[in-house]
Amino acid sequence: MWLIDSSVGRKFIMSISGVFLILFLIFHSLMNIVVIISPESYNQICAFLGANWYAVVGSLVLALGFVIHILYALYLTFLNLRARGHEKYAVKDTPKGVEWSSQNMFVLGLIIFGFLVLHLYNFWFKMQFAELTGIHTGSFDPANGAAYVSALFNHWIYCVLYIVWLAALWFHLTHGMWSAMQTLGLNNRKWLPRLKAISNVLSTIIVLVFISVPLYYLAINIF
Amino acid sequence: MEKFINITLKIWRQAGPKAKGRFETYQLEKVSTDSSFLEMLDILNEKLISEHIDPIAFDHDCREGICGMCSLYINGHPHGPDTEITTCQLHMRKFKDGDTIVVEPWRSAGFPVIKDLVVDRGAFDKIIQAGGYISVNTGGVPDGNAIPIPKEHADEAMDAATCIGCGACVAACKNGSAMLFVSAKVSHLALLPQGKVEAARRVKAMVAKMDELGFGNCTNTRACEAECPKNISISNIARLNRQFLSAKFKD
Repeated sequence: MWLIDSSVGRKFIMSISGVFLILFLIFHSLMNIVVIISPESYNQICAFLGANWYAVVGSLVLALGFVIHILYALYLTFLNLRARGHEKYAVKDTPKGVEWSSQNMFVLGLIIFGFLVLHLYNFWFKMQFAELTGIHTGSFDPANGAAYVSALFNHWIYCVLYIVWLAALWFHLTHGMWSAMQTLGLNNRKWLPRLKAISNVLSTIIVLVFISVPLYYLAINIF
Repeated sequence: MEKFINITLKIWRQAGPKAKGRFETYQLEKVSTDSSFLEMLDILNEKLISEHIDPIAFDHDCREGICGMCSLYINGHPHGPDTEITTCQLHMRKFKDGDTIVVEPWRSAGFPVIKDLVVDRGAFDKIIQAGGYISVNTGGVPDGNAIPIPKEHADEAMDAATCIGCGACVAACKNGSAMLFVSAKVSHLALLPQGKVEAARRVKAMVAKMDELGFGNCTNTRACEAECPKNISISNIARLNRQFLSAKFKD
C-alpha cells in the first residue's frame, strides 16, 4: 500500500490529517469565544455537542484524525532518525532561512499532545464522557460548559498552562500549514511566500482566538 | 590582498567503512588566503606524507564547481560556510588567523563512509538508473522553436538541471532525505516535451528507489535549499509531490 510504503504517500496522510485538524481548530476556537460573549449561548452549544449521535460520530472521526496524525508522526520520525544514521555531526550550524519550528515539529507535537491529555481530563471527561456514561465525573451539570471554563480558569496556573500550550500550537501551525500544502504539491516559487504569509496569519488568528479565553479569565481575576 | 594565516584543523579520520572513526587535530602554518580549501588540504597531505602519516582521503575532481565530486561538512555546513558554492570553490580568505576548522564527512545512512572524508554516494546513481533518463533517442539539437516550449518551463528545467548530485542536500537534512536531488532530476526532465511522456513512470520509479535505499521523509525544513551549492529550489519538491500523487491516484 503506497500510503504506508512510500515516503510521499506517508507524508500525504500526514498533511491531509493535519489539514483536517486545522479545520477542527478553526471550529473549536470560534466555539470558544462564545463563552466570553454569552455563557448561556456557550452552554447551548455544549448541550448540542453532548451525547447526540452526530456529536458522537463527529468526535469519533476527530479522534481518528488525531490518532492517524500521531501514529504517522511516530512512524515518520522513527524512519527519519534511522535515515540520519548513528553518527552525528560534531558541529551543526543551522543555515539562514531554516525556521526553528520546522526542525522541532515532533517535539512541539509531543508538547501539544501532553497538554491535550490534560485538556481532555479538564473538559471532555467531565462533559461528553459524563453525559455518555451517566457517571458523574465533575462538580457541575455535563452541559454546563461555561461553569467548567470559569472554574478551571479561576486558577491562574491553568491560564498560564493553556497559554504555553497554545504558544506551542502556534509554532506547530506556522510550519504545518504551508508544509502540508507543499507536500500535497500545491506550491511553487510564486506561491511559497504567499503560503507562508497565509500560514502565519491564519495560525496567529486561530491561536489568538483560543488565547482570548484564558486571557479574559486571567484579566477578570486580576482586576 | 594575499595574507598568511595559521589554522587548527579537526579532521574526521576513519580507516575503513567498518572502522571506528575519530577526530584528529592538525596545525597548519602560513596558509595563503588565496589558496582554495582543497589546496590547503593538499598542503596538509604533503606535510603528512613527509611525516610518514597516512594522508587524508577526500573526494575531488574538476575543482571548478561542476562535477559534484567534492563534499566535506565544514564548520557545520556542507561545502563550508559560504553560500552557493562547492567546497572546491571555497577559499581560505573566508577564514581568520587562529581559526579552528572542523571537517567531517557527509553523515547519512544512505551515504556510508568509505575512508576518512570520502562517502559512498552510489545511491544517487541507483536512483538515476531507476528512471532519471529518456528511454528513446530524441535526436540531435532541434531547430529553434520547432518544438514550442514556454519560457518559464525552459528556465525552470534549466535551473533544475544545474543539480550536480553532490549530496549536500542529504548531508544538510535532519531527516537524511534525498528529496531535493530526486525532485531536481524529476523536474528537469518532466518540464520539457521529450521527458514529459515518461513523467509518471519516472517519478514513481525514482521515489520507490529513493525509499528503498533508506533515505528519509522530507519535512520541509528547507535546510537542503539553503545549503545547495546550485540553489535548487524546493518548488521542485512540490512538483515531485504533485506528479507522484497524481500518478498514484490515476493507477
